[in-house]
Amino acid sequence: MASNGIRDRVAVVGMGCTNFGEHWDKGAEDLLVDAAGAAFDSAGVHKRDVDAYWLGTMGSGISGLTLSRPLRIQYKPVSRLENMCATGSDAFRNACYAVASGAFDVVMAIGVEKLKDGGFSGLTITAPPSDGTTADLSAPALFSLLAPAYADKYGVGVDELKEAFTRIAWKNHKNGALNSRAQFRKEVAKDTIACSPIMAGNLGVFDCSGVSDGSAAAIVVRAEDAYRYTDKPIFVKGMSMVAGPAEGVVETSYDYTTFPEVVAAAEDAYGQAGVTDPRAELAMAEVHDCFTPTELVLMEDLGFAERGTAWKEVLAGTFDLDGELPVNPDGGLKAFGHPIGASGLRMLFECWLQLRGEAGERQIGSIANGKKLALTHNLGGAPGECVSYVSVVGSEPSA
Amino acid sequence: MSGITAYGAYVPYHRLDRATIGAALGIPAGRGTRAVASFDEDTTTMGVEAARAALRSAAVSPRSLYFATADPAYLDKTNATAIHAALALDPSVLAVDMGGSVRSGFGALRAAMDSAIPAMAVLSDLRTGLAGSGDETNGGDGAAAFVFGGDAPAIAEVVGQASTTSEFLDRWRVPGDAFSRVWEERFGEHTYVQTTLDAWHDALKTAGVTAEVIDHTVVVGVHPRAARVVARSLGVRPESLADDLSGTIGNAGTAQAGLALAAVLDRAEPDQLIALVLLADGASVLILRATRALASSRANPTVAEQLATGSSGISYETFLTWRGMLRREPPRRPEAEVPAAPPSFRHEGWKFAFEASRCEECGHRSLPPSRVCAHCEAVDRMQPERLADVVATVATFTVDRLTFTPSPPLVAAVVDFDGGGRFRCEVTDVDPDHIGIGARVAMTFRRISTGANGVHNYFWKARPVRSANEGGTA
Repeated sequence: MASNGIRDRVAVVGMGCTNFGEHWDKGAEDLLVDAAGAAFDSAGVHKRDVDAYWLGTMGSGISGLTLSRPLRIQYKPVSRLENMCATGSDAFRNACYAVASGAFDVVMAIGVEKLKDGGFSGLTITAPPSDGTTADLSAPALFSLLAPAYADKYGVGVDELKEAFTRIAWKNHKNGALNSRAQFRKEVAKDTIACSPIMAGNLGVFDCSGVSDGSAAAIVVRAEDAYRYTDKPIFVKGMSMVAGPAEGVVETSYDYTTFPEVVAAAEDAYGQAGVTDPRAELAMAEVHDCFTPTELVLMEDLGFAERGTAWKEVLAGTFDLDGELPVNPDGGLKAFGHPIGASGLRMLFECWLQLRGEAGERQIGSIANGKKLALTHNLGGAPGECVSYVSVVGSEPSA
Repeated sequence: MSGITAYGAYVPYHRLDRATIGAALGIPAGRGTRAVASFDEDTTTMGVEAARAALRSAAVSPRSLYFATADPAYLDKTNATAIHAALALDPSVLAVDMGGSVRSGFGALRAAMDSAIPAMAVLSDLRTGLAGSGDETNGGDGAAAFVFGGDAPAIAEVVGQASTTSEFLDRWRVPGDAFSRVWEERFGEHTYVQTTLDAWHDALKTAGVTAEVIDHTVVVGVHPRAARVVARSLGVRPESLADDLSGTIGNAGTAQAGLALAAVLDRAEPDQLIALVLLADGASVLILRATRALASSRANPTVAEQLATGSSGISYETFLTWRGMLRREPPRRPEAEVPAAPPSFRHEGWKFAFEASRCEECGHRSLPPSRVCAHCEAVDRMQPERLADVVATVATFTVDRLTFTPSPPLVAAVVDFDGGGRFRCEVTDVDPDHIGIGARVAMTFRRISTGANGVHNYFWKARPVRSANEGGTA
């Protein structure tokens, strides 16, 4: 990987995040106004102080007008971008680079998705006209392909693996119960999770993330200006976005127990951030738990667990809120919900709260004890063909 | 007049036990089973499978293709073109439909037989009727294909043939109707028996043989009762009368004569005489003599093998659902996307012939074809390579209970082809509880779905390998 990185050159000085869930009374435009307003207030800036905008949405609007119209942004650059489920993170990444380049001093990254107006179960994507030769699999089916392959490779029993999946869902719901913005705010019994109606493979409905509406936004400024806005900014340490060649779906050497795109993005981001032992150095990680097997595999791809051992670590509680490395302390996609374009920024929002010590009941203890780094991981696509984003953010600039 | 140089039959995997119809409707429905085209099959896809079986058995390359069915997937648009494309035949090969009537099947055979160039006849049908009707119970689905002429030695020579044509009302269907109507059965019997015997005697005369020397006699037709009377009246030795497959496949209409003839060719000995008698708007008789080449060019798989490896039987409710007679609640998901004409045309080799690409630099196979090699990244160094007949192994799999499919749940797998190449596709004709890593699969041409605009999405799916000679061992 050959990225130079922009370590400590930009900082987040304000964030906003709507509640995620079924907003029958709000459209994408309302959610954008809400999240943007909260971010402006959080940073103590006015709309006119923001020089440029990056809007991430997969399908809730096209062009910069999707944001400039509801906010009545006055003749400023607004880019609209899409990178599947990693859309929100890519909006943030581009906003950061714009500031790091010196082109702008104050920018906003904002993501939104309004999924619940579609009327369908689960996520749907409108594809361009095609020859009709791609099997029309649902997202849970695509990610469920990981389960038999992982069980087969590591000799894990199907039931043991299912137990690990169940524990991931249980943990994320437990964390989500402590989060007032989450779509699902109740703990769910393991039996309920394990016995939920099957969607695909051996994944039940509780192994799937929530389909929801929501928006989240961040104000990004030059690092040297950060303390003018807040005494607790968070600094971008490393950031990597990788699109794979989609070879996993054509190369027989790919074994469906890993996301090579995640491994590459993590290596790049860790390199930029100077992280060598992520499990020890990170205070927390927000990862893309679209389905429970995804979170399991990510623990290995992000270097939190040795290959073939994540299922044991999950069952041992390593990634619980009070575990060695809390993963998805805000409930993750599973409990917080997954409004596609907003999710990457929602992950960053939890890092923002935790690193600033503002996460309330779910505040992670190791941060008070001196840990200063948090990770976000965002994934779009499916095993074998995906885009992946990894960032490391921290509460202090480097010495 | 050319001889038969290759033949193949296709019996769909699924069976419906007639007793289940009887039990569901509280009526006597007879014994035995009927073959049932799956929800993702039509006369075109079954025709492709029969033609593939024929072309697997002998190295012949037809220069024209006649496709006959009474249940065409399209009107106006030729259906034989999809078969032509799925077989990767050269564009210079004429492919035409001879559709509408059961008799068109014999028309296709005659056209291929009389052709001055190597020709293939593909006979296919999908039969049903109103719930509880004789057509529903006794009908069957399937296809057969025969190649006449070409470089390969004939496996059966045509030694005599004759037809009669007779205009009378016995069975008819108005275009657009899903079901056929018939006149009083005894009238048809009266009419058919005489016209068939006329054709029979003419055919024996052209062959210069007597009825007693015929070794295998196949009598089939649209009027089963008349066919039974005819069989008794031909003067052939009773032991020569071949199974008309009505007890296992059912009467497959346009394809029935072809299926029954294929079943005879599967077991006939050199120099034996075979008589095919078809009752359909008059009668047609074909007298064939098997040659020594037959033993080495039998169809793969045979009709008997396909009957032996069929499903243990679907429910009557499933049958009615597949035939569109029981409208079921669909999943709350968007309907399958309809293929667009230009990309389907651009990708004809991939979509219809299952042509992947193979990199000239590193040998890596890419499905679908790719201009840039996923392995060595060479650009535009690809050669097309057809994988329709290459067997594959399941690398991982899932059962999707959420996505839209005409027959939930959808089984899908990532399959790795022998000799390289991977593809993620649907698996059909499979019990969701009996798929696993390492399972062996073969490719089959199917109708994935039909859009609201009537466009059929044809493409390939994997299905479990049924027998060792399909390449069952990795």
